[in-house]
Amino acid sequence: MIDFLQMIISGIAVGSSYALMALGMVLIYKASEVPNFVQGEMALLPVFMAYMLIYSYGQSVFAAFFGALAFAMLLGCFIEFAVVRRAKNPNILGLIIITIGLEMVLLGFVSWKFGADQRVMPFPISSYSSIMIGDVYISTLDLLTLVTALVIMTCLFLFFRFSKLGVAMKATQQNETAARLMGIRTHRVKMISWGISATVGTVAGLLLAPVFMEPYMMWSPMLKGFAAAVIGGMTSLPGAVFGAYIVGIVEHLFGGYISMEYKAVVAFAVIVIVLCVRPSGLFARHYVKKV
Amino acid sequence: MDMKRSYYEDIRLFSSGVTIFWFILLMSFLLFYPLVFKNYYVYMANYVAINIIVVVGLNLLVGYTGQISLGHAGFYAIGAYATISLMTLAHFPFLLALVCAGLIAAAFGFLLGLPALRLEGPYLAIATLGFGLTITTIIGRIEMLGGRQGLHAPDLLIMGFPLDTDRRFYYLVMLITVLLVLFARNITKTKVGRAFIAIRDAHIAAETMGVNLLLYKTLAFALSAFYAGVAGGLYAFVLRFIEPELFSMFLSVFFLTMAVAGGLGSVMGPIAGAIVLSFLDLQLRNILSIPYIGDWLRQLSTSYFSLTGVSNIQFIVFGTILILIMLFEPMGLYGLWIRAKKYWKTWPF
Repeated sequence: MIDFLQMIISGIAVGSSYALMALGMVLIYKASEVPNFVQGEMALLPVFMAYMLIYSYGQSVFAAFFGALAFAMLLGCFIEFAVVRRAKNPNILGLIIITIGLEMVLLGFVSWKFGADQRVMPFPISSYSSIMIGDVYISTLDLLTLVTALVIMTCLFLFFRFSKLGVAMKATQQNETAARLMGIRTHRVKMISWGISATVGTVAGLLLAPVFMEPYMMWSPMLKGFAAAVIGGMTSLPGAVFGAYIVGIVEHLFGGYISMEYKAVVAFAVIVIVLCVRPSGLFARHYVKKV
Repeated sequence: MDMKRSYYEDIRLFSSGVTIFWFILLMSFLLFYPLVFKNYYVYMANYVAINIIVVVGLNLLVGYTGQISLGHAGFYAIGAYATISLMTLAHFPFLLALVCAGLIAAAFGFLLGLPALRLEGPYLAIATLGFGLTITTIIGRIEMLGGRQGLHAPDLLIMGFPLDTDRRFYYLVMLITVLLVLFARNITKTKVGRAFIAIRDAHIAAETMGVNLLLYKTLAFALSAFYAGVAGGLYAFVLRFIEPELFSMFLSVFFLTMAVAGGLGSVMGPIAGAIVLSFLDLQLRNILSIPYIGDWLRQLSTSYFSLTGVSNIQFIVFGTILILIMLFEPMGLYGLWIRAKKYWKTWPF
């Protein structure tokens, strides 16, 4: 029983970082209808920039993290402005290909700059210390990830509910033409969505970096986040978070009880099953195209 | 200018005498190629031809049927492993093993096609991507298939004739490539190909007109997987050694890059894309030995970047190609060719 609880807790902890990636994914999917393969790399570049700020320019950890988040915002905006917006009458295949291309460019750039070495990101909290709640252990870093994820989710919820920009974003997502007629600069709103998404992704990246840092580090969380977003239905923020926790927990239970070896791919089995039952995910209404 | 006036004109293999002339010229070039060029270039030709097979097959799925696949490396891996293990474990002759491997891959393609009936866009992308990753993970864990250590290809005999050099293997690869490309080209002109195109353009309308979506979507997946499987089987004998790491997610993306760069929805385009990008791929693998650019890159890498990561420039180049093509010429090389042709035919106007 304690094992079981422990697995659930670890699942939730790892699910939190997937949740952040999934949230970024959904934000962009709602804004531009792109399944965003560059999500991971939009976070990778700022994370490595934070590393550089600390080691090459001698900045403090907090200044570097702040710099990375600001840079992520700009990077996301730039990608939307310079590339995604320029696509000529884009269809979904074309947009997927564009984001894959961007992903390769950014990944190639980072791995060219930093080589394939493992690095260690300095972090105010050690990734080895852990605390005990009841009978289960949770590492302080995991706890921090969990709390950060919850804080960001709450912030996003409040942002979409109460801020003017958030409401404008929701309007743009629901009906772009109508939103533009109401005087919303929809292009700018989309651009900011990309920026926010990159920032949220970077938070996940910074929290993952103390444990594992190399150019391919965001690849697996990105895919899991994507899987989580798909389970949640691609358009629902709570759905994405819920999907991420499902993926995290299922992964850990599968790893603990059935097979450690196939743990990495079980997420995809889950999404295939979910998609066979509900083709548009758990939380989205099935999208029926009018002919 | 290329107006087709009757059905029979449309389904003809060669549209004019000029095409026959070029075809014969190409065939004789391919025939004499290994006699003229050095061994490395023959190896290169084999590699390019195999990529052509995969990309033409992928194009049947992505370009004609409009279903995205990010899991073709999975089918490729299935083909490679099935060919070798059928030959070593069940003692099949090579050609039979190759066809069986293609059929096994096609069976997996059919299975992947089933959920694809209900999925589209991002959902299909992640499902196929997951498929590719799962296949390589599973293969890497099976001891009989060599696990992480990989497998060595057995000696290759066809009717008692050993195909032990790249030069000898070349003719077999070229024969299969030409046959499969012609088959793909013909299938696009048949009922099946028209059904694929109808599904791509409007699947609901196609269904209303009587196109059986269940049949044709799974058929597109199976056919495409068959091509990838056969290519994988040949690839195993070009490399003579296979391991799970070869069939990574990036290989799937590379196949897709070739198809997109060549131009989706045409037969000649993907061939051009496969030739150009495979060549580029082989060149970029040892980028530092390219004259002029190599030295400059070495300097740049040591002063600003890292020398160990210089091979990753490949990713930057391919990514840039994908983006530029999608932004400026969604029809790829084929689109450029069409535009150039139109420009010259109608020149002063």
